[in-house]
Amino acid sequence: MLEIRNVNKRYGTRKVLTDVSFGVDSGRLTGFVGANGAGKTTTMRIILGVLSADSGTVLQDGVPLTGDDRRRFGYMPEERGLYPKMRVGEHLVYLARLHGLSSASARRNTTELLDRLGLGERAGDLVQSLSLGNQQRAQIAAALVHDPEFLVLDEPFSGLDPLAVEVVMGVLSGYAAQGAPVLFSSHQLDIVERLCDDVVIIADGEIRANGPREQLREQHSSPRFELRTIADAKWIRAVPGITVLDLSDGVAVFEAATDAASQAVLREALDRAPVTSFSQQRPSLATIFKEVVR
Amino acid sequence: MSAPRNDRTGTDHAGTDRVQARPRYPAPTFARSVWLVATREIMARLRSKAFLISTGLLLLISIGSVVAGSIASQNQTLPKVAVVGAAAQIVEQTQAFTTVQADDVDDAEALVRAGTVSAAVVPDTATDASVGVRVIALDSAPVDVLATLSVTPTLDLLDPSTQQSGGLIYLVSLGFGLVFFMSAITFGSTIAQSVVEEKQTRVVEILMTTIPVRALLGGKVVGNSIMAFGQIVAIGLLVAIGMATTGQTGLLGTVGPSIVWFGVFFAFGFVMLASLFAATASMVSRQEDVGSATSPVLFLVMIPYFLVIFFNDNPTVLAIMSYIPFSAPVGMPMRIFLGTAAWWEPLLSLGILLASTAVVILLGSRMYSNSLLRMGARVTFRQALRG
Repeated sequence: MLEIRNVNKRYGTRKVLTDVSFGVDSGRLTGFVGANGAGKTTTMRIILGVLSADSGTVLQDGVPLTGDDRRRFGYMPEERGLYPKMRVGEHLVYLARLHGLSSASARRNTTELLDRLGLGERAGDLVQSLSLGNQQRAQIAAALVHDPEFLVLDEPFSGLDPLAVEVVMGVLSGYAAQGAPVLFSSHQLDIVERLCDDVVIIADGEIRANGPREQLREQHSSPRFELRTIADAKWIRAVPGITVLDLSDGVAVFEAATDAASQAVLREALDRAPVTSFSQQRPSLATIFKEVVR
Repeated sequence: MSAPRNDRTGTDHAGTDRVQARPRYPAPTFARSVWLVATREIMARLRSKAFLISTGLLLLISIGSVVAGSIASQNQTLPKVAVVGAAAQIVEQTQAFTTVQADDVDDAEALVRAGTVSAAVVPDTATDASVGVRVIALDSAPVDVLATLSVTPTLDLLDPSTQQSGGLIYLVSLGFGLVFFMSAITFGSTIAQSVVEEKQTRVVEILMTTIPVRALLGGKVVGNSIMAFGQIVAIGLLVAIGMATTGQTGLLGTVGPSIVWFGVFFAFGFVMLASLFAATASMVSRQEDVGSATSPVLFLVMIPYFLVIFFNDNPTVLAIMSYIPFSAPVGMPMRIFLGTAAWWEPLLSLGILLASTAVVILLGSRMYSNSLLRMGARVTFRQALRG
């Protein structure tokens, strides 16, 4: 597992990261969420060692990262780019060899990865001749071609068509399933919500929320319930400890002061008419994000 | 909500099997990284049409100048000398002059005054004449005529220095100057463009996370230096073969050693220039700005070129040039060609060049690493050096 511990960074007089600490577990997909300029890219660059932190450390299994460790990382920078005049396959082989792969295994990985990303037929084309979406796929291939032990991807889904999003999601989950820690940032909260096991939310250079996705949703759940029944539910207003927020025919949204009050509502509803659903409302990631960033 | 993940894990059995088998690749050594980058640079050059055309042109020019030189030396006209009476026979025997028959001494003097001939050779009527002829010239002693007609004792030179004619000196200095200038500009701007290309296309961030920045810079410098040096060697070989086949072997003997020294100086001088080109280019983010960013280095390349063309007959300027690292690759071979450099001088100058190359590489790689991730506005020298 990777641990970012008390990292601070300043650009001139502007403080961009304040005591940033979070962990990325092995075998889990961690989503890194934040508004533009919140400090995502800076944090990722510090993890990769492209930037140096003013203070704080990045540890892998408790040991500070070295350049050699980082060489086994797969990184997709926010600023995309490959050599426009190199052939796609050749480019990937070149990057893999810079990472220390032999010529043979570099070629094998390249072919395998391009096929997986649906770019197999374009291996001989110049990078500049690819469409934007395909360049993006090639970029993802560039981050994966050396069988990295750890993935750090800055906005891997931006600029991808829905089909490619699915492909990339599959590839990333596959990597996590293989036991590699995967950290990626995204603006697309719905993707993070679908894909990630853990979520880290950053705002103004500070970590605002951090933990397993379901736990976060639990923590940010309000005592708000929804009841669906086949009869009119006007009677709820009379139950003690209950504040009705919305009521239309058989659907009621209410807040309960105590657990006992919500259970009392359910019992009475069952006595009166068949209940089709009763649930505590869990906030979406977007809601949590808006709440913690505020 | 955890269901989708299980699904994917289920379908990815092949991938899961690969986990256990995933090899741990050892990081390549620094030298290996440099070499990989250098190979890519070389391949990129060899694929560029612009590079192939400019190299072809440079080779054509150099072989052309050898051919032109051989034609010029074959059509050389002999100096004209006026002769009177018995002197004609003596002068014609030497076959070094075109003779103009004059009626008498006065007539010969008139020819000299008119500038028709460079000197006149007349019978010496003086009683103590030892040679039998008298030489008449206008305002200075005609060295060639005197030398040809004199009886010279056998001469053993302990430290023979080769005195070359002015035309040849000019041609050789132009050759060294032009080849240095062209190669440095061609490969210097190539390296500058490739640095900015990496910055502009943003591929640099991936490269920086893969190999040390110094290896990246080193690879670029090595790759382009190999290409530049290869070009120089090709030109040198072509010139040598050209001289041999056009029968200018004598000239080859005199120019040869200085060409070899030129190669040695160029190899190191170019590494220094290449680092400077890379460092200054890394300060900008767009191809349009490469020209203005690298112009200080361009001046450093142009100055020795002009100096050697204008001052190739000025020993003081050449001596200074031969020790300044930027002009030494042109200045020192020139002095070796002229025979004015003692044996230790090229070695001392090479030492100075090596030391300054090392310093420049250190400063250059510092500027390079500090500037690579600064996009947008041009990085100032202060930012680049301080970080």
